[in-house]
Amino acid sequence: MSGVRVLVGTRKGAFILTADGKRQDWQVSGPHFGGWEIYHVNGSPADPDRLYVSQSSGWFGQLIQRSDDGGKTFEPVGNDFAYEGEVGEHLWYDGTPRPWEFKRIWHLEPSLDDPDTVYAGAEDAAIYRTTDGGHSWQELTALRTHETGPRWQPGAGGMCLHTIILDPVNRDRMFIAISAAGAFRSDDGGKSWQPINRGLRSQQIPDEDAEVGHCVHRIAMHPSRPDVLFMQKHWDVMRSDDAGASWHEVSGDLPTDFGFPIAVHANEPETIYVVPIKSDSEHYPPEGKLRVYRSRTGGNEWEPLTNGLPQANCYVNVLRDAMAVDTLGGVYFGTSGGQVYGSADDGDTWTAIVRDLPPVLSVEVQALP
Amino acid sequence: MIRVVLPAHLKNLARVSGEVQLDLAAPVTQRLVLDALETRFPMLRGTIRDHHTGQRRPFVRFYACEEDLSNESPDAPLPDEVAAGKEPYLVIGAMAGG
Repeated sequence: MSGVRVLVGTRKGAFILTADGKRQDWQVSGPHFGGWEIYHVNGSPADPDRLYVSQSSGWFGQLIQRSDDGGKTFEPVGNDFAYEGEVGEHLWYDGTPRPWEFKRIWHLEPSLDDPDTVYAGAEDAAIYRTTDGGHSWQELTALRTHETGPRWQPGAGGMCLHTIILDPVNRDRMFIAISAAGAFRSDDGGKSWQPINRGLRSQQIPDEDAEVGHCVHRIAMHPSRPDVLFMQKHWDVMRSDDAGASWHEVSGDLPTDFGFPIAVHANEPETIYVVPIKSDSEHYPPEGKLRVYRSRTGGNEWEPLTNGLPQANCYVNVLRDAMAVDTLGGVYFGTSGGQVYGSADDGDTWTAIVRDLPPVLSVEVQALP
Repeated sequence: MIRVVLPAHLKNLARVSGEVQLDLAAPVTQRLVLDALETRFPMLRGTIRDHHTGQRRPFVRFYACEEDLSNESPDAPLPDEVAAGKEPYLVIGAMAGG
């Protein structure tokens, strides 16, 4: 193991944080693409030096950048994300129909074994795939054209497809999540999709346990147990033991079960992390104390992790794609205040790797061979 | 020779530092200028105009000779001063905070 690389997307550029295996001394590279919104930077599991970047702006639209050398250099690749066929309509915030309109790519998920294959999650919700290293992107149309599509609606962040999980065992299976439509699963490589929201209850929709319409904030899975999923919903932390066929609540003794990210420890499938946020109307930690909560029992029983985190006057948020784990027991997250915190000991102690970046949108980590 | 001035973000993307110079035969139109620009700098495709409709992105404006050409026909001839290279064709990011 030669080191650790943390990939940070922010409102004003990308940053790459690197350290050796001790993770005590960090080098900060960036801003890359300064001034642009970087919703996500992610590396290929098959080739860690292959990075993909979602770069966008309200002025100039969407770009995808690719690096073949671990972030030393980047080249723009394809940025033509078209909705194929009839565009269709979804619900707007006020409940009226509104045509799908491409805004940006929220999430990039490289294939587990092919550096040239990447899945991309879009706002307005759709999933794309490239098989040529990002030069061209094709929509997997069965998701957007699902019969429930006219009932999907945006959450506060937009109608975004923000989570893509590839099953490492059943290679035809993938999970995605959309705010605010819910979670979906494909068992045939994206040719067809089914909603997997049974057991979710959301007071923000007319039918609390509807098939779709739930504001799922994030789903996480441990690769050794692909049928076990953990979810941070708008409110509620949920768990499924049957690949999403049913969900049950595991919020347990959390101080609040509203939040955005959720992560599973890289080596302990029953250890999970969340960052409780006061409420849907007050997006900051309760009592001004930034606390990561860890469960070593797969939910319900939670402990606050505070050592090294501000415990007074802290009113930042941690967004859904802004927490990551590595196989060394490392846990990392970024805040809306521009801090990136890291823990090298499963979350027992934390240090701020950097403190004054632009608002952090996403964090990924790579343990380098 | 047509002189094109890009906004800072697009200069960085295209890796140019000053004006872009394009050789185009008369009559010169906005569409021809932008087509030539995107041919020379393919990374700019989609950042100024929509890939498929060719429509100007909403927060992009086109100026020349102290006139706003943003909503002029893309096939209308550009002013003689632009066609002659005396005045630049300006691609602008609309003022909208940042």
